[in-house]
Amino acid sequence: MPSFYDYSKQFAWDGIEKQIRQARQADVEKALSADHPTMADFAALVSPAAEPFLEQMAQRAHGLTEQRFGRVISLFAPLYLSNVCTNRCVYCGFNAGNIVDRLTLSPEEAAQEAHYLYQEGFRHILLVAGEAPKIVTPSYLADVIKRLRPEFSSISIELFPMETLAYKALVDAGVDGLVIFQETYNEKLYAKVHPAGYKSNFKWRLETPDRGGAAGMRRIGLGALLGLSDWRVEGFFLALHAQYLLRHYWRSQVTISFPRLQPATGGFHAPYPVSDAHMVQLLAALRMFLPDAGMILSTREKPEFRDALIPLGITIMSAGSKTDPGGYTRESGAEAQFEIADHRSPEVVADIIRQKGFEAVWKDWDAAFLQ
Amino acid sequence: MNDQLTIADRSFSSRLLLGTGKFSSSGLMSKALSASGTGVVTVALRRVDVDNPTDNLLQAIDTDRYLLLPNTSGATNASEAVRLARLGRAAGCGNWVKLEVHPDPNHLLPDPIETLKAAEILVKEGFIVLPYIMADPVLAKRLEEAGTATVMPLGSPIGSKQGLRTRDLLEIIIETAGCPVIVDAGLGAPSHAADAMEMGADGVLVNTAIAVAHDPEAMAIAFKKGVEAGREAFLAGIAQPGKNAEASSPLTGFLGA
Repeated sequence: MPSFYDYSKQFAWDGIEKQIRQARQADVEKALSADHPTMADFAALVSPAAEPFLEQMAQRAHGLTEQRFGRVISLFAPLYLSNVCTNRCVYCGFNAGNIVDRLTLSPEEAAQEAHYLYQEGFRHILLVAGEAPKIVTPSYLADVIKRLRPEFSSISIELFPMETLAYKALVDAGVDGLVIFQETYNEKLYAKVHPAGYKSNFKWRLETPDRGGAAGMRRIGLGALLGLSDWRVEGFFLALHAQYLLRHYWRSQVTISFPRLQPATGGFHAPYPVSDAHMVQLLAALRMFLPDAGMILSTREKPEFRDALIPLGITIMSAGSKTDPGGYTRESGAEAQFEIADHRSPEVVADIIRQKGFEAVWKDWDAAFLQ
Repeated sequence: MNDQLTIADRSFSSRLLLGTGKFSSSGLMSKALSASGTGVVTVALRRVDVDNPTDNLLQAIDTDRYLLLPNTSGATNASEAVRLARLGRAAGCGNWVKLEVHPDPNHLLPDPIETLKAAEILVKEGFIVLPYIMADPVLAKRLEEAGTATVMPLGSPIGSKQGLRTRDLLEIIIETAGCPVIVDAGLGAPSHAADAMEMGADGVLVNTAIAVAHDPEAMAIAFKKGVEAGREAFLAGIAQPGKNAEASSPLTGFLGA
């Protein structure tokens, strides 16, 4: 079976960009009326020609989300284990070249942080770390997961790419979700923004969701770092990637995150900033193409924007997040990965969700599935 | 009214079963349950969190009034479903279980092989098993032989609100069943529920159509009426279109009156 890297070779970036730019109103209207949009329909939905149809798209996205997920938003919190990183991603606060305080939580400290989140009501947790495989080792992870297991029904990971066997071991230990952002699907740009470290290997990263799927991860999370390049083309490849995964790893659910570049240490500025309207267009197009995908919104976004996106297709939100290791229980002083824009507490966010006419759900998974 | 739905050792005056997913709040859900007149309410065990008072779905369900029917939604194979069912029973959720095994998290279509395996195990362990299945008449008989209390074939893909797209197969299941047949999944309107009841189904299970309605409570009442109308029509001996009322006798007319 060809990996996604092989499969995606038949779609040239420039050709897709041209296809999107040339989409006409008639293409958009066809896409809007399709029950099962094709990739060509998707290209029309993210095109400039679709912009006048944004409200219509948003309503379709709302309707589909309501049908497939109901009026429900699931909540989770990230737990940053370590900001030690060997990579030099030019946009990231953890960049190995940045002189910042580095910290790796001991398993005991991780459990303390997690317990704080448990008390806040969270039952779904996402473990995050920079790429430091000599520090964030398999035995370290196993220890952390074992300590967290009794309090959390769902444990996902957003770590560095691993081999299938390593993922299998994590699934056996109780990890049900893998999040791995490609950052950009443009191979040339990828090389520029990831100049050093393990992460500079585009193919290895692009095939990571394949390995997660092969290892039996129940959820596979994709994302493009919005602002690095043309969001329309990135969106196309995200949709293509999701479609590929759903066909090949049909037991896994695909989730999509919408990380939009925010200021981070190192003074990186997004070369292709993505407006709110364009983000809505991308979200709506992805929902129309992928009715069953979980759509995740983090606290990178401002409160007003997050609240406004709730009815538009988002199904999972983080709340009260800290992106510095140890940040929940103390002033760690360690460098944060990115600036939080929504500082509201989980309870306040849950209240807003309820006010919007949605149920805030803290537990929608059970560890018993995996044990 | 004496016409009751009997499943295992319990009888219910309503033939409408309700799901509890997708509601915008537990308050609205409670109102919808009450308005529907249902006697059986299914809850995903994966949503149950007995440690969290602010997110305890079970608190919103009056178990004096409704039979709690825990379901194994999320299980992808027999062993996961069995494990979850056992945990639910151990946590005090009773020994009834709506068996759902769907390895595909997107369309939530049931796995016939794993469902049968799990049913065989759970029945032996004393569970009252209500399996959610494809509209597969042979599988329905196999499950019945395994000792399940009902079969619950889908009318159309779950959440799709398309009504009885599996009509021809449902008719065979109903015709051949030795246990109650509850049509589960895909019923988008009270007319779909009425349709299933007119066909002779013993009951229907509805979730999405009520949960995401603009007014869930009013929609619950509408479904209640749809189920009742369909059942009464079935009992009254509804004329089957094309099967009874022939206007003339084109093949035998030559015989003369």
